[in-house]
Amino acid sequence: MIYREAGEFKSSYQADQAILTIRQDRWFIWGLMAFAFLVIPAISSEYWLTTIMLPFLILGLAALGLNILTGYAGQLSLGTGGFMATGAFAAYKLATAFPELNIVIVILASGLITSGVGILFGVPSLRIKGFYLAVATLASQFFLIWMFNKFGWFTNYSASGVISAPPMSVFNEILVTGPHATPVAKYLFVLTLVVLLTLVAKNLVRSNIGREWMAVRDMDIAAEIIGIPMLSTKLKAFAVSSFYCGVAGALWAFLHTGSVEPLAFDVNRSFQVLFMVIIGGLGSIMGAFLGAGFIVLLPILLTNAPHWFGLNIAVDTISHIEFMVFGILIIFFLIVEPHGLARLWQITKEKLRLWPFPY
Amino acid sequence: MHIERDVFYIILASLALMVAIPWAAGMLSEDIFFEWPFFFEVAIGGLLAGVMYSLVALGFVLIFKASGVFNFAQGAMVLFSALTLVGLQEKGLPIWLAILATLAIMALLAYLIERLVLRPLVNQEHIILFMATIGITYFLDGFGQTLWGSEVKILDIGFSNQPGFYFGGKILINDFDLIAALIAGVLVVSLALFFQYTRIGRALRAVADDNQAALSVGIPLKHIWVIVWTVAGVVALVAGIMWGSKLGVQFSLALIALKALPVLILGGFTSVPGAIVGGLIIGAGEKLAEVFIAPLIGGGIEDWFAYMLALAFLVFRPQGLFGEKIIERV
Amino acid sequence: MNIRKLKFGIGVATLGAATLLGATASFAADTQFIGSLVYRTGPYAPGGIPWADGFSDYFRLLNERDGGINGVMLELEECDTAYNTDKGVECYERLKNKGSTGMPAVSPLSTGITYALLDRVVADKIPLITSGYGRADAADGRVFPYAFVLPSTYWGGADIAIHHIADLEGGYGSLKGKKIALVYHDSAYGKEPIKTLETLGAQHGFELSLFPVPHPGLEQKATWLKIGRQLRPDYVLMWGWGVMNATAIKEAAAVGFPRDKMIGVWWSGNEPDVITAGQAALGYKALQMNRVGADFPLHKDIVKVLYDNGKGTASTPKDVGSAIYNRGIQSAIYLAEALRTAMNEFGNKPVTGEQVQWALDRFSLTEERIAEIGVTGLFAPVELSCIDHQGQGQAMVTQWDGKQWKPITELIAPNMEMLRPMYEESAAQYAKEKGITPRTCG
Repeated sequence: MIYREAGEFKSSYQADQAILTIRQDRWFIWGLMAFAFLVIPAISSEYWLTTIMLPFLILGLAALGLNILTGYAGQLSLGTGGFMATGAFAAYKLATAFPELNIVIVILASGLITSGVGILFGVPSLRIKGFYLAVATLASQFFLIWMFNKFGWFTNYSASGVISAPPMSVFNEILVTGPHATPVAKYLFVLTLVVLLTLVAKNLVRSNIGREWMAVRDMDIAAEIIGIPMLSTKLKAFAVSSFYCGVAGALWAFLHTGSVEPLAFDVNRSFQVLFMVIIGGLGSIMGAFLGAGFIVLLPILLTNAPHWFGLNIAVDTISHIEFMVFGILIIFFLIVEPHGLARLWQITKEKLRLWPFPY
Repeated sequence: MHIERDVFYIILASLALMVAIPWAAGMLSEDIFFEWPFFFEVAIGGLLAGVMYSLVALGFVLIFKASGVFNFAQGAMVLFSALTLVGLQEKGLPIWLAILATLAIMALLAYLIERLVLRPLVNQEHIILFMATIGITYFLDGFGQTLWGSEVKILDIGFSNQPGFYFGGKILINDFDLIAALIAGVLVVSLALFFQYTRIGRALRAVADDNQAALSVGIPLKHIWVIVWTVAGVVALVAGIMWGSKLGVQFSLALIALKALPVLILGGFTSVPGAIVGGLIIGAGEKLAEVFIAPLIGGGIEDWFAYMLALAFLVFRPQGLFGEKIIERV
Repeated sequence: MNIRKLKFGIGVATLGAATLLGATASFAADTQFIGSLVYRTGPYAPGGIPWADGFSDYFRLLNERDGGINGVMLELEECDTAYNTDKGVECYERLKNKGSTGMPAVSPLSTGITYALLDRVVADKIPLITSGYGRADAADGRVFPYAFVLPSTYWGGADIAIHHIADLEGGYGSLKGKKIALVYHDSAYGKEPIKTLETLGAQHGFELSLFPVPHPGLEQKATWLKIGRQLRPDYVLMWGWGVMNATAIKEAAAVGFPRDKMIGVWWSGNEPDVITAGQAALGYKALQMNRVGADFPLHKDIVKVLYDNGKGTASTPKDVGSAIYNRGIQSAIYLAEALRTAMNEFGNKPVTGEQVQWALDRFSLTEERIAEIGVTGLFAPVELSCIDHQGQGQAMVTQWDGKQWKPITELIAPNMEMLRPMYEESAAQYAKEKGITPRTCG
């Protein structure tokens, strides 16, 4: 009744090519944006902003990057952590070597550097496929972390090998990194960047390049036969994906934690982001964020739940239960909908379209 | 066992490189100490360590071969079986009874996994099944710790860890590693016999070849999966005992899965001998690199070197050394 | 089909919740909230559990025996980090505003979490107490007003270990030409002592070799073959953690490297490590910031008041007096004394982080006060100032005899004349990078 496109006609090519062709979808997205930009900063406590929204947005961006590579181009990768680390360390080197650079430029440039690294490690994908590729990308993961740990140059020869973000600001005075940046400023900065980059990604995947990626994913031999260049298509996917991961890594180091050691981006981070992509739904922009929400929020929810009910359970028991419930929920959601939360969302929309008269 | 000619050449070439590169490094750089007895000591130590990796990799191979599932939970199963064994022992059970009980529990676990996880997800894509095994991993990690606690437990199987000297006292080999290699060898041979000569083994091979065809000649797929997961549980228990007596039974045991992954891709996901040969190459390769190459670029390279080595092999054989040839049709 | 599964899921969840019904938490307005970041689960839990028990037992004892601190009852809440930085940050943010005055101080018990909190504690005005871990240069209180590293740092530990070796060899003069190897966890934690050891090596002419062990350190055969069969150093220092320690000790035995030439830092000197290594660990040495054992009056009180009445944190008192347990007690005493100092100044009511920071800046734990607490000899007196956030930095060398850590030296103070300029130099670089203007200390 509410969600029905009957009576909406597209009268120009432009309207036909819009990202959201249905009016209700447009309203929904504008509403969501208004909520994210205006309501959340106004009503959220510091806890919500700094420990839930920031990791959710940043890891969502990383998941988006991986989803481009795995979900759209079909290349399974476990090197996300390494690429995030590359972004973080590139941003640190840029910010300390050129202190006058604007933070937006620093972050985007570190993304570009990461995409160069990504292309390098993407080359084996021309020969290796599937799980073999996934395990092979672990080589880049371990190598990159080792490299940042090993060579003092990356950390400006700090004794412990930890990088720390210098205070930086946007619009000359609003601090977004460092101890005196307000959570709201950090949140809005990350949100803006994430929204813009998501928009870019959305347009990328429905362009020529995106269609090439999907052709390669669905069957690479067939794609090659119809004239899609395998080398450049796969490498483009690695480049774009690493760019997003690099930006996410830089944001993580600069805006979320402030100081990081390379181990913050170890192999567990790669797995975590991969889980987000699979749970959220392969080949879906929306899915990346739904998956990030699931993986970031659920454990926090599970650890906090006993407190809300006034239960006083030993922390180790909570942790164990959290593990078990988390595992069960992963399996449960996979059984209910193997194609991820994004597919669940789509089904909901289709049902809504018929509601309340199913015929 | 039939070995393709190019696999044979690749193995020969890698052996030659494993000898030549340390030797050359020793000749060219003053930082690197090279002596033949020491070289063999490192190489043998590496080969024996590699067998320990193979033990874990075997579990992955068994399940992947029969059901196409990349079982991320293998590491968690190693931990869970070792924890259960030690936990039961602490409860006062004699060791043989504890082992039997653990085996029974692993079989029950296999049944539950088949019933609750695999059956509802039958015919899904590989990556979905992979994700489901991650769910199993989380559950087992939490469940094992809930049952048996997070403290480190000691598993003493009575083998000494003293250095033993062989070949006229020139080469040091750890007795424990030798025994572990022996046990792994026995396990592999018995698995091979099991697969080759028993009725169930034949059924397993049939399923691995083509599960549609196997189903149509009347092999019950469900039972086969339970059996495969049980066998993987047994392998996990053996790996858990060996690694647990080496490191103490604690949560970190689950992390050895990461050491098994390069072995797995080097040998091929579908080959039992591949897991063994892969383990030997990775073990020897990473130790030789750590000793004879690392001083040039800074130490601690073992982890990524193993993966790089596996990657290098994959460039020549994308399906791993002994993996089934990937045939693609449009 | 799906509905049935959903029902099943809900059923399981309710069942789980129902079986776990326990006592409900209550926060009275005039209790002092204490947040404690611990890890009772995960790969490092064997080391984390006794620490958390010690920390919690001390505050429970204060409540049970003395009625809190200065009459203010204490409310301790733990949060499990599993030694995971993301979880640790979440824990910190969740606990920091609890209670009537928020968290008065935080001890993250992990180097990774410490780094993630460095910025946050400044903004939140909550002192960060890292006893024997964290950032060594935080000893410079001008750059790090909210970070405290009492009683010692890794740099101090490295100096003390070399001091001990010099004593064994007959003075610093005989260190010349000696070979010393450092086996370390390849992370921020393990890398901390390198700079100090390099400086000392240049001073005294010993040769330092570095052996990084990649996390988590399950496999060290190559490392120990190099050490035991090729380099054959005179001494090995170890900066390991968790499963890496036991593995290192076992591998050392496997290549025949004498364990009494191995000296671990305090985090490599835990009972779980050596017990797992079994016979191989006999003679292995480790630094400790505190004495080991349960024969202190305080420990007797803990057993009598808490464990005999079933109020102890752990189910049995078997860990009371172990090295890590005592480390937890030590951290708890530092925090309790800081709270007491703050209350003496600002009134006997719950205090804020800022007030505790004030107290820590002039923290003084004298020999007499230590005796009053009932732990004479457990650790050394500490005195901090606005500029010095470390104190004397003493630690002792202990040796594992198969049952316990036997002290083989007195408490040794590190050479602060060498370390202090190093702290200040490193802190100054940090200040420059972060744009911090060091505060002036009166």
